Amino acid sequence: MKLVYEKSKSGRRASTLPRYGLPSVEAPEELRRAEPPRLPELAEPELVRHFTELSTRNFGVDTGFYPLGSCTMKHNPRVNERLAMLPGFKDLHPCQEEDGAQGALELMWRLQEILQEVSGLHACSLQPAAGSQGELTGLMLMRAYFADRGEGERRDTIITADTAHGTNPASVTMAGYKLAKVGTDARGNLDLDDLRAKVDGRTAGLMLTNPSTLGLFDESISEVASIFHDAGSLLYYDGANLNAVCGISRPGDMGFDIVHINLHKTFSQPHGGGGPGGGPIVVRDRLEPFLPVPAVVRDGDRFRLDHDRPKSIGKVRGFTGPFGVFVRSYAYIRMYGPALREMSEVAVLNANYLLARLRDTYELPYDRLCMHEFVVSARKLKREHGVTALDVAKRLMDYGFHPPTIYFPLVVPEALMIEPTETEPKERLDAFADAMIAIAREAAENPELLREAPVSRPVRRLDEVKAAKRAIVKYGFEEHPDLSGEAGEARQLEVQKGA
Amino acid sequence: MSQLSLTDGDREQMLEAIGVASVAELFQDVPAAVRFQGRLDLEPALSEPELVRHLEELAARNVDTTRELSFLGAGIYDHYVPAVVDAVLQRGEFLTAYTPYQAELSQGVLQAIFEYQTAICELTGMDVSNASGYDGTTVAADACYVAKHATGRSRVVLAETLHPQVRQVVKTYAVGFGLEVVEVPHREGVTDLDLLTAALPDAAALIFQQPNFFGCLEPAPELAAAANDAGALPIAHVDPVSLGVLEAPGNYGCAMAIGEGQSAGNYQSYAGPHYGFLASKGEYTRRLPGRIIGETTDVDGERGYVLTLQTREQHIRRERATSNITTNQTLLALAGLVHLTWLGPHGLRELGETCMALGAYARQRLGREPAFAQRATFKELAIRVRGNARDVIAAAREHGVHPGYALGRDYEGMDDVLLVAVTEKRSPADIDRLADVLDEVGA
Repeated sequence: MKLVYEKSKSGRRASTLPRYGLPSVEAPEELRRAEPPRLPELAEPELVRHFTELSTRNFGVDTGFYPLGSCTMKHNPRVNERLAMLPGFKDLHPCQEEDGAQGALELMWRLQEILQEVSGLHACSLQPAAGSQGELTGLMLMRAYFADRGEGERRDTIITADTAHGTNPASVTMAGYKLAKVGTDARGNLDLDDLRAKVDGRTAGLMLTNPSTLGLFDESISEVASIFHDAGSLLYYDGANLNAVCGISRPGDMGFDIVHINLHKTFSQPHGGGGPGGGPIVVRDRLEPFLPVPAVVRDGDRFRLDHDRPKSIGKVRGFTGPFGVFVRSYAYIRMYGPALREMSEVAVLNANYLLARLRDTYELPYDRLCMHEFVVSARKLKREHGVTALDVAKRLMDYGFHPPTIYFPLVVPEALMIEPTETEPKERLDAFADAMIAIAREAAENPELLREAPVSRPVRRLDEVKAAKRAIVKYGFEEHPDLSGEAGEARQLEVQKGA
Repeated sequence: MSQLSLTDGDREQMLEAIGVASVAELFQDVPAAVRFQGRLDLEPALSEPELVRHLEELAARNVDTTRELSFLGAGIYDHYVPAVVDAVLQRGEFLTAYTPYQAELSQGVLQAIFEYQTAICELTGMDVSNASGYDGTTVAADACYVAKHATGRSRVVLAETLHPQVRQVVKTYAVGFGLEVVEVPHREGVTDLDLLTAALPDAAALIFQQPNFFGCLEPAPELAAAANDAGALPIAHVDPVSLGVLEAPGNYGCAMAIGEGQSAGNYQSYAGPHYGFLASKGEYTRRLPGRIIGETTDVDGERGYVLTLQTREQHIRRERATSNITTNQTLLALAGLVHLTWLGPHGLRELGETCMALGAYARQRLGREPAFAQRATFKELAIRVRGNARDVIAAAREHGVHPGYALGRDYEGMDDVLLVAVTEKRSPADIDRLADVLDEVGA
């Protein structure tokens, strides 16, 4: 398919703008643009067709089953999009005086209250823009907390699990901490002996996902919390997997001091092809003074922004966070009310059902009931038939499914990490299980089918090594002076490929 | 519950297949000590019509820019968002997808972001752009991290005329980065070149804003040259819609260009979600944070797009990654691409010219002393009012006009300065009305 720049023709445009007939004013010559940017030149009809065609070459939850483990690809209710587009929300300027933003402030305050209840903790900041920024903010809070206690110099290490998302160790480095890793025991829990050996007076805290990225609830979580609290350290809860435990077990009750919540996972902000997200953090009361400014507070029946927090770490994002995300997540939670627990129950039921359907075909590294997701291994297929988790994933596309997360967590070889979410009906789960079982059979009978997959998409397997080596990261106008000549041929090829 | 699809019969069959008697049994690994007893203390569930009514009531308690004639700017602007942006963003294939890890299923968003990267490079005169950062503040912190590692230096210089919140976020991140932050004062509205030159030795980077927070045009080429002379990376924080009329930072010596993308394609939305953009010269490509899309071919030699240079990223490099960013702002960046495509090069220039013409009209029509009289401006103008600007705002709002941003919120000695923003959505008649209201309230 052509790039939008290859459809451009000088003299076309889609925009009409007011002119007002004012005298023209030019920027001082030394600051004035010399050559115009080569933006595409299209009239509206072809503009709309271009982006519509691009969308048909993409796959979302609306398109089909999307069991991408750890990402919680649940259905995104359409009413939330309508609500976020109410003029009172979408056209509200963030510097509006507080008396002209009472509805927005109240919505944020209400969302904070809900997140506090769900996490079992006491104070909330909605400011972080995504989960990984929530992590970094949480680590900044730890630093500020220990500095305030005069332990800042001493406590220089954060412990993460070997099953952790890559964001955890990356956040540790960005926060200026040293990293220590703790292993996983034979049941998939944190290795307590390893942990006891590593936690000491230098430990600032732990970062942990529970249930873990293996989809397993850590059965020793209370012991884990004691080990850290006895050492004067803090516990950080990576909320990536909160969808498993809403109303079932609260991070605060597990002993965690700081939590981030991925609003785009658990609370259904659409993922947008990579974002936006939201990563609010919720903390125990002793950490509240350090939260980002401004805080959204309630005074009687009024809501306001409190900038007067002398111990605050400062700001981590502009203004008060991604408000449109708050609208969608608040609406989502209000559709459930106290029955939010049922959301998590069905997420766990769906995952266990899928696991039951697949456990005889794919290897299960930890033989337990799972929570909202599970990890199986394609190791046997690799050993016996020379096909990999990647091949299974690519073949799933030909069956009309988005593949699971693959090769993660790192502790499981040939990992396939499957998260169906609560919004899928049994029929979808069965169809996916049937496809996974059929693919395992194909691996034995005709492994080339898997290695050649996918064959039903606009492109076949892409050369990632070549992409990294050449690093072509923008359109080369100079290399493509005039494309009108080859257009016919390119078009034909695409038709053959079913584009 | 409308979001759940299982019938009672489904549940029974599924529990039987799993081999448990009840849903409660599925949670047997959750120790009793940490099990939540009771019911979440949340307000009752709402049906869809009730939900809409509840949120409509909340929205009605906000005074948005359709209900008040607003001249607020200060980093977030009421530019027109074309209808095609809404149409594209409502496509479920874009809206409900995630990061394109599986390229064959994601050519739509991959190609769109490749086109976005190209547009950002064209606007800024840079060689490479990432797929977006969170907003205009966090990309500044990201850029400092790049500069620290590229130069081996541990001090960054920020112009005081850089958005106050951008400076605050850089300072928050700087603690963990091990960076010292130095701020350079302005002189009559633009960065003081002498003080800047004195602050630059041994600095990793200089970040300045063009047009700056006061709306004034900085002598950007001179600032960039001063930074280059000192071996510091010049980083320009720019407004995308200004780049049809103002020179691209890459064409006057900047190493990186960053900014808040909201002006291009995003609603104000009480500050988000928006996108930050971050672009650099080619030599910094492998130090950049976040997703980057690259062109390649498939096994048949067909052109296609993939996430590339991933060895920079957290899911591969973990604690040695160039950033922890994962979820970014792709959908909002896509909105930016659609808006820029709608504008085209001529529309973008026209938009910039209209903003400048309206700014000049406002300067003349409002008749008050500009805070920085000799400086050229783009779409914002700082004027001195009689009395405290915050009082003027309160009084003007009684007349249905929000006259702008009180610079005294962030700068000492500027309690009487009002920052007035004009976009293409404000007509000369609107500016006349602002002038009348300012007169009426005795400002």
